[in-house]
Amino acid sequence: MNELAELVARVRAEKDYERLAELVPYAKLIGVSFGEQPDGSLLFSLPYRPSNIGNALLPALHGGVIAAFMEHSATLQLLWNMESTKLPKIIDFSIDYLRPGRPETLYADCSVVRQGQRVANVAVNAWQGSPERVVATARMHFLLSRQAQPQSAD
Amino acid sequence: MSTAATDPAALGEHARSFFERIPHGQTLGLEIVSFAPRSLLARLPYRPEIVGNPQTGHIHSGALTVLIDQTSGTAAILALGGKEQVATLDLRVDHLRPAQAGKPVYAQADCYRVARDVVFVRCICYEDSPDDPVATSMSTFMRTGGWQAGQSTGGVRGEA
Repeated sequence: MNELAELVARVRAEKDYERLAELVPYAKLIGVSFGEQPDGSLLFSLPYRPSNIGNALLPALHGGVIAAFMEHSATLQLLWNMESTKLPKIIDFSIDYLRPGRPETLYADCSVVRQGQRVANVAVNAWQGSPERVVATARMHFLLSRQAQPQSAD
Repeated sequence: MSTAATDPAALGEHARSFFERIPHGQTLGLEIVSFAPRSLLARLPYRPEIVGNPQTGHIHSGALTVLIDQTSGTAAILALGGKEQVATLDLRVDHLRPAQAGKPVYAQADCYRVARDVVFVRCICYEDSPDDPVATSMSTFMRTGGWQAGQSTGGVRGEA
């Protein structure tokens, strides 16, 4: 196993979510975090920070930050599922904005819609307050990288 | 009263003022390089805090999405003569390759259609040349009406 795959396995065993969430500098800058739900699914969150605002007058979260949070949540979900031994590479990303993001915590849940050998299709919902109050939906494709033999040297 | 559309300098100042006051844009150090009546060139400086892959030093694709959204939205505002606000309806990005570590990324956004309710924008991101792009994007923006009292950025006074 390579370094990243080992880290994910350790984080899963120790439930040390913060360690994985803080691995990537930009995710740390905007404040992405996550945890396991009672049913084992992951819930991603982006606590409010004034530096994530896009429209100071409304105020509303920056649409690009909402997109970045959703994309990074999908990356973490794929790593968590141990579908990739390297950081998955984004191929394309498409987002629909349904409501302005209020200055409060934004949540996201990810579903891996289709998982092939090389490509994963992931759908992400972002919401505030309750899951019905959807702020944005996104779909994206990632290129995965898997080692044929887990015991092979990296 | 002069309108933004008839005064390119005032329109540019309006766009710059709007763009530079966006808090997350300030966090990333986004800057306007140049503008035209329906398009905008902006720059995302390379900084360690926006890295997406600590092993390669490549910029996070999400930070590129921020650059694209903000540049495309400002191009839409320019195309509306600085008299209206917009809200992103949808945005799609194709990530053609990683951005080279250590280099700033430029975004060139062009508004190619202003409809009654919706504005259409395309955007291309590159380090050195638009012929060798990092990412391409298409987005649509809803026209959300005129600037409310207190929302004027001060540079432009539009006609009713």
